[in-house]
Formats: sequence, structure tokens, C-alpha cells
Amino acid sequence: MDLPALGNCVTSLSCIITQSTSGLIIGMLLFLVAAGVSLIFGVLKVVNFAHGSFYMLGAYLTLTVYGVTGSFLLAVIAAALGVGVFGLLFERLIISRVYGSQVLMQLLVCYGVILILDDLVKIIWGAEFRSLGMPDAFLKPPLLLGGGMVPVYYLFLIVLTLIIAVLLGLAITKTRLGKIVRAVAINPGMASALGLNTGLVYAGVFLLGGVLAGLAGALAAPVRSIVSGMGLSVVVESFIVTVIGGMGSVAGALVGSLLIGLVRSFGTIGFPLFTEGLMFLLMAVVLVLKPSGLFGREN
Amino acid sequence: MSKGSGARRTRRNFIKTGVALTATAVAGFPFVSRAQNKPIRIGMPTIQSGRAAMVGSSSRNGCMMEIEKFNAAGGLNGRMIELIARDTKGKPEEAARLSRELVNSDGCEILFDSESSAGAFAIHEVAKDLGVVVMHMNTETSSLTADPKLRVPTAFRASRQGIHDSIAAGSYAAKIAKDKGLKRWISCSPDYAYGRDSTALFLEYLKHFYPEVEVVGEVWPKLYQPDYTDALTKILQIKPQAMYSCLWGGDLTAFVDQSTIYNLFTQMESFTINVADYTILTAIKNLPKGLHSSNRYLSTFPKTEANAKWAADYRAKFNEYPITWSWENATGTKFILEGIKKAETTEAKKLSNAIRGMKIDSPFGIDGTVTMREEDQTLVNYAIGWGQTIPKDPFMPDVTAVDWKVIYDLETAWKKKNNYI
Repeated sequence: MDLPALGNCVTSLSCIITQSTSGLIIGMLLFLVAAGVSLIFGVLKVVNFAHGSFYMLGAYLTLTVYGVTGSFLLAVIAAALGVGVFGLLFERLIISRVYGSQVLMQLLVCYGVILILDDLVKIIWGAEFRSLGMPDAFLKPPLLLGGGMVPVYYLFLIVLTLIIAVLLGLAITKTRLGKIVRAVAINPGMASALGLNTGLVYAGVFLLGGVLAGLAGALAAPVRSIVSGMGLSVVVESFIVTVIGGMGSVAGALVGSLLIGLVRSFGTIGFPLFTEGLMFLLMAVVLVLKPSGLFGREN
Repeated sequence: MSKGSGARRTRRNFIKTGVALTATAVAGFPFVSRAQNKPIRIGMPTIQSGRAAMVGSSSRNGCMMEIEKFNAAGGLNGRMIELIARDTKGKPEEAARLSRELVNSDGCEILFDSESSAGAFAIHEVAKDLGVVVMHMNTETSSLTADPKLRVPTAFRASRQGIHDSIAAGSYAAKIAKDKGLKRWISCSPDYAYGRDSTALFLEYLKHFYPEVEVVGEVWPKLYQPDYTDALTKILQIKPQAMYSCLWGGDLTAFVDQSTIYNLFTQMESFTINVADYTILTAIKNLPKGLHSSNRYLSTFPKTEANAKWAADYRAKFNEYPITWSWENATGTKFILEGIKKAETTEAKKLSNAIRGMKIDSPFGIDGTVTMREEDQTLVNYAIGWGQTIPKDPFMPDVTAVDWKVIYDLETAWKKKNNYI
């Protein structure tokens, strides 16, 4: 524990800016994965443990498309769409067969898919870790804001993810499509009786979750090691975010992700040996005070 | 009469001898021939799946470089080497179970331990129990061979050792630090046994050679942590003059990639001990100029024809760069094969006696040879050097060799301090 260092940091503008942006960076990528996990659970009541593998696929697709075309933009779009389609197929061909089954059965199916995808990735791309490298457009010195340092790529990542978060929130709360999704999430039987195609909604949610996870993998590719099994740590943190924010809530996923990001960035200064523990502590506190999560519906 | 009787005896003896020879020819020679042709099986518990799968592939490749030469030369009186690799998945309990199985069920006469340190200790115990020869190929944990309580007469180590690397790193870094006046240091290493031990020893020897050094911060990211932003921003806040890191593998490439966009390496001297291995050097797309690193494996150090040829042969055979586990496994295999040739047997005691204290020609030796030191059955005199990176091949053009006399002296002091001698 290094409380004096934490005290010095929170009284220094440059430290506050640097650590806050650090928290935003960690939180934003996490949000893209956690939003999908949260939506899928909220609508389908399925704990999609394989969501980390979607993220991994996004990173590998980016690596390949970027390698072939040299265009990072094209690679990001291809990864998001490619993983979206994969999510759709995953829902139609695999996970839809265990709807209504025990959670253990769903977890088992997801775990099987994780193992298969991890091995497939090794067969196709090799067992060694890979690195995309920073696209030329972002190879610039970091910006100095109020004495704090913010890399250009991270600024792009934060802005893009915030735009996605806002659009996603508006789509869920303000559009007819969003109302349908919410209706199916609250009472699928009634929604079906009223003529809504719940199967289509389920598939659409997986498609959306896949797009978001693929996008997260694509945006992470320039700064993280691309390796078989890379989705595991992300999916664990995503579940923490989902528990903190509340199942099925996009706003909850955003707030939960930011909280985890900030806890990690400031925790590293004040509690260097207990940063991971702080995340679980935060989750435990939320579970005790509000078991449904900060933005979750009380049942 | 007596002559006739003697002649009959002679004839009988002749017939008996003929029958005996025929019987031997029919039954005995094929038996001897079968025994001669029986392959010498070597069991290799190693990691072949998961994030560390490249440990297994590069280790096996390193071994095969030597085994194929041995077999092509006729083996041991016609007995060829057969390498049987098994996947431990990086789990020590699996490493122990598979080692027993390889010896007891698959008939392996020797074990090649190409596992991580945790697995190596488990295999070490099995070898002790079963009395077979084991060559530890990858573990860098010094105590395995330094601690006399752990010593097993049939166990050897052909890999670099943590204590050797730490002394070499401390000696090199202190020289740079003195020249440039680098007194404020920070460390950023993985939060597990290797990271903690390596960092503590490095700082100890850095201060030994340059006592003015002050450690102003420590950062301990978790193993396989995907994001280092929090660690990097903390380092930037502390503003050290120099940083030591023993991150490795994919963690190191992610750390370098993320550090680059913060311009971290232009703000301090960085001593990243594990960068100079081709896995890392080729994986990082924008390799920064000027990172200080030890040679894990470089085809240009030692700068000899033998080393360059070995690397070229390896690349031609496996279509990939050799890495640190490749040369270590090739070296361990060569010791075993030279030992078998010298002892003319695979019997554990005779083979161990042959290997103990053996000196072999090697492209990885600082003077063209490496030695299996008699007193602790571990590899010495291999090439250790430090240099600075450039973004393109050869990646580290100038490597300064570290004097083994310095390493020997401080290693002895370290052993005394730990009551190993």
C-alpha cells in the first residue's frame, strides 16, 4: 500500500489526467466486450462464456486483413462484421440448442467452443503470439494535455468507443428495435404471443454482441499480443463489469467498465500489490449493497 | 585304437561345436542383432499446448538438430535415438505423471526435461526416484543445481541460469549507469517467482557494481496481463532515469508496443533482458532503437561461422528462427549423445560419469566450447552478452560479451551466502 503516492497523484493535475485517461483506455475496450455479454444475458439469459473467443477472433481477423490490405480501417470493419456473422452462426447452430437448459450445460457448450476456437486459431495462425504493430497513421508522439500524456491512438479509441456507447444506448432506449429487444428480454412469451419473432431477436442480439466483441479485438490488436487464449482474461473482467453494472444494461456496462478502469489505474499507484483484488472488492461491495448491479432491474 | 577313439571324440566334438554354432546362428545372432537394433528411447515431457506451446516446438526442434546427425552417423552401434515427446500442458503434476509413464511404459532410458521451472522440479524428483539420467533443458532457476540438498547424481542442466544472467546484467547495466549517471531506477517485471527472483538479483548486482543506484519504484504486472497502461502511466509519473524489465514472450511484445506510443523508451534507458530473442525481435513491428538486452539467442553472437551456420541450418529445416530454447535443447542433446558415445551405453551411472565435467565443441560457447561443470552438473561458459537494439535485422549488431571470471567469482559468493557451499 502506497497511500502517500496516491495522495500526491490526486493532488497533481498531470497525474490525474494521465491516470484518468489510463482508466478510460482500459475501460473502453472492456466496455465493448462487456456490453455484448450483458446484452446477451439480459435478453437470452445465457452466460456466453465464449464471448472472449469472439474478441480473440476479431484480433486475428484484423491481423490477417491488415496484413493483406495494409488498411487498418478495412481490417477493423472486416473484423467487426466477420465476428458478427460468426456470432449469428454460433447462436443459430450451437447455443440455440441449449436454450432453457441448465446454466451448467450452457457453460459446458461455451467451454467446448472456446477450446475448439483456441485450437483452430493455432492451426490457422500458429501457436506463437503475434503482433500487429501500430498503423502508420497513429505513429505520432503522445499529446500533452494539462501536463498529462495521452497517446493519439488511445484518444481515437476513447472517442470511437464513447460514440458507439451513446449510439447503442440510444438504439436500445429510443428506437422501435430497441423496444422489441427490451420486450423480448422482459417477457419473451408475451412478446412471442404478440407476434414478435423472438428467434430473430435472439440471433440479432448475438450478431450485435459479435460485432462489438470483434470491434474490441480489432482495436486491441495494435497494442496487445495476439495469441490463442487471449480472450480469457477479457471475459473474466467482462463478467465483473456485468455484475457491477447490472445484467442487460448498456449504461451499466459502460459505468462498470469505467469503474474497473479507474480502479486499476489509480489502484496501481496506491495499492500496487492489490490492484486485481480491488476489482473483486468493488464487485463484492456492489453485490452486497445492490445485488442486481448498479443499473440492473430488481426482480 | 586310442587313435581311433580320439578321432571319434574329435569328430563328436566337431559335430557338437557345429550344432552349437548352428544353434547360435539360428537363435543367438538374431537375438543380439535385435538388441543392437532396438532404438534408444528418450522421453521428453514438454509444453505442446496453450500459450506456451512454442516451448515444446522450439525445444523439440533443437533436440532433432543433434539427434538426426547422430542417427545418420549410425547411432550407438546401430541403435538409433527415438525421441518421444508428451504434452504436459505446463502442469507440474502432469509433467511428473508423464515422466513416469515415459520410463515405465514407453521404455525410455533417458529423460529430456523441456518444461518450465515448475515442471522441472517435478521431473527432477521423478528422475531421482527412478534413477534415470535427466537433462534439464529450459529451467533457469539457479537453485535446482546449486542447492546440494536437491542434487541428483543423474540430473544435469544444459540451460542458462538465473544467477549467471543476473550477474551479467548487473555488471553491464552498472557500466552504462556509471557512464550516463543513471541513479534513479525502476523495475517492471511479471508478478511471479521468476519475475521477482530475477529482478531482486539484478538490482542486487547492479548496486554491487554501482552502489549509488536508488530504486525509486517497482511495478508488478500479472503474468499474461493484456494491458499495461496502468503500469506505464505509473512509470511515467515516477520519472526514473532507467528501467529494468524481465517481462517475456507475448507480455513483452505487448509491453513494448504500448510503451512505444507513450514514447517511454525515449524518456529513460531501458534494460529489457529478454528482448534479444528472435521470437520477440521479429514479432514487434516497430522495434524501438536503443533497448538494452541480453542475448537470449542471436545468430550473430558469438560472431562465428559455426553459430551462423547452425542458425541457417535450423531455419532451412524448420522454416523459423531458432530461439533460446532451441540452442539450449540442442546443447543438452549433444551432451547426452556425446556421453552415450563415450560410455558406449545408456546405463545411468556410466552415462552420468561420462557427462560430468565434459567439455564439448559448441557454436553457443563463448570460446567455441561449453562445459558441463563437474561440481554442480550445470552448463557454463556459454555466450552471455548485452547490446542495444536496432529496428532491423541483425537487430542487435554489437554485443558485448560478459567476462565469465566475474560471473564465477560472484556466483561462488552467492552460493556461500545461500549456504550451498
